Amino acid sequence: MKLQGKVHKYGANIDTDAIIPTRYLNISEPAELAKHCMEGIDPDFVGRMEKGDFIVAGTNFGYGSSREHAPIAIKEAGISCVIASSFARIFFRNAINIGLPLLECAPAEEESEAGDILEVELKSGKIRNITRDKLFQAEPYPDFMMELISAGGLIEHTKKKIEARRRQGEI
Amino acid sequence: MTLAEKILAAHSGKDKVSPGEFLSVRVDLILANDVTAPLAIREFRRIGVQKVFDPQRVVMVPDHFVPNKDIPSAEQAKLMREFAQEQGLVYFEVGRMGIEHVLLPEQGLVVPGDVVIGADSHTCTYGALAAFATGMGSTDIASAMATGEIWMKVPPTMKFVYQGRPGRWISGKDLILYTIGDIGVDGALYSAMEFSGEAIDSLSLDSRFSMANMAIEAGAKAGIFRVDKKTLAYVRSRAKRPYKVYEPAEDAQYAKVIEYDASNIEPQVAFPHLPSNTRPISEVGEVRIDQVVIGSCTNGRLEDLETAAEVLKWRRVHPEVRLIIIPGSQKVYLEAMRRGLIETFVLAGAAVSTPTCGPCLGGHMGVLAAGECCLATTNRNFVGRMGSPDSEVYLAGPAIAAASAILGRIGSPEEVAA
Repeated sequence: MKLQGKVHKYGANIDTDAIIPTRYLNISEPAELAKHCMEGIDPDFVGRMEKGDFIVAGTNFGYGSSREHAPIAIKEAGISCVIASSFARIFFRNAINIGLPLLECAPAEEESEAGDILEVELKSGKIRNITRDKLFQAEPYPDFMMELISAGGLIEHTKKKIEARRRQGEI
Repeated sequence: MTLAEKILAAHSGKDKVSPGEFLSVRVDLILANDVTAPLAIREFRRIGVQKVFDPQRVVMVPDHFVPNKDIPSAEQAKLMREFAQEQGLVYFEVGRMGIEHVLLPEQGLVVPGDVVIGADSHTCTYGALAAFATGMGSTDIASAMATGEIWMKVPPTMKFVYQGRPGRWISGKDLILYTIGDIGVDGALYSAMEFSGEAIDSLSLDSRFSMANMAIEAGAKAGIFRVDKKTLAYVRSRAKRPYKVYEPAEDAQYAKVIEYDASNIEPQVAFPHLPSNTRPISEVGEVRIDQVVIGSCTNGRLEDLETAAEVLKWRRVHPEVRLIIIPGSQKVYLEAMRRGLIETFVLAGAAVSTPTCGPCLGGHMGVLAAGECCLATTNRNFVGRMGSPDSEVYLAGPAIAAASAILGRIGSPEEVAA
């Protein structure tokens, strides 16, 4: 499946408070969180973005808190994939667990600007910048992560594990 | 194997593990709070099991927005409380609680050699007790509550050696801020930080908790210390479970070894808007402040309050400054009261609060207005962290915080008139 959309560009160390300010953490409804996506750093983001767009950022994207509210807000806002030079560890886990696609690709970040149109193929990790006619290759996922992603996220993966244990009479 | 690798190997039934390897790890303790538990509970219900794997190994602590700051917060706290009751989990109510990372070690719920995961990024605090502890999201916590296991990638270990004796006002907070200032906010990304050296041996457990707490601020998965006599003395009277002491092997492989001379490290201040934006106190210059907060999972322990009281005793908070002091747990609060620290704070003109994460994340009990500037002993100074996106947060240890509250600007205890 190919994703297409325009780029919203940010710098390095975009923290979880920038993605979803802490004052909204007394809510956990995805649709409500989405209304405040990126508000900490870019208050017009939600009004400007369109479904399917990409966030493209520098190193250590998602730095800070463990709160899943951050990737949930991005996913529910309609961002199809976050492309960054690198990701903070907990954010990376959380995004994979809830099914927000991420691609790690420094060259794509360095050579794409806000408003560029990208075409992304998640499985192969190919990122095409249509505006600039350039092709980039993201870091491949390790096999274990692919297994999680193809199961449909961690909860589906866990369901299968529990089911297997039940069949073996362990529980 | 390093200390982290040994603990992970023991919890995954393997003789040896190496960095980069994916493991299914048995967890000893799982933690969630009033912000992250509601999402974890929702995901747990989706898995389709009725009971958590072991209710005595799942802890829920209302600490972020409690005592409930508004109706949505009250709803979240209620949802968590009802789940904890239904499942028979370990739960601490307001009036008996503490900030989770102050509370759990104090209650003996975390012991050396444990693997602990918590739906809070500062779960890494427990590395001070030689546990492998790391923060995760709510979905990970939901899965672990159902199975008692979690997937992990073995992190490479970076070793930090602090030589020499730290100076008069230096605490663990200064050493960790100095370190983050040196390596950057992603300087230990995906790694375990192992802290050692003569200066570390001289630190109290409270100071070690402060250091492990901020490992996440360097991007690390865990911060970890070896067990010594002080660790054993701390754990012995508290441990609720048997524990095992692991030691790094002589030939352990470290991704990097970084050495510092702690005797040259001054008290540190992190400028807005990153914890890595540090300067020694002598190079801070004139920074006027409106508010000082002493507390949080980083610096809400007894030693922190003792240090603050030492500076504040017989002195008054600057007329244009609000000083808010938040003991990290009921136990810390009570002991601070018995030692006369609370009286010192109130006489100095400070507001003293019941334990809560409150102002650290701009929740309540000290939210900042636009244009205001705060010096806090907390762990993050991101844009808008404590309130308005147009406010500023500086980070430091309790000695600098207390002195600054008196001076009305960021300064050191040396500058406070005798």
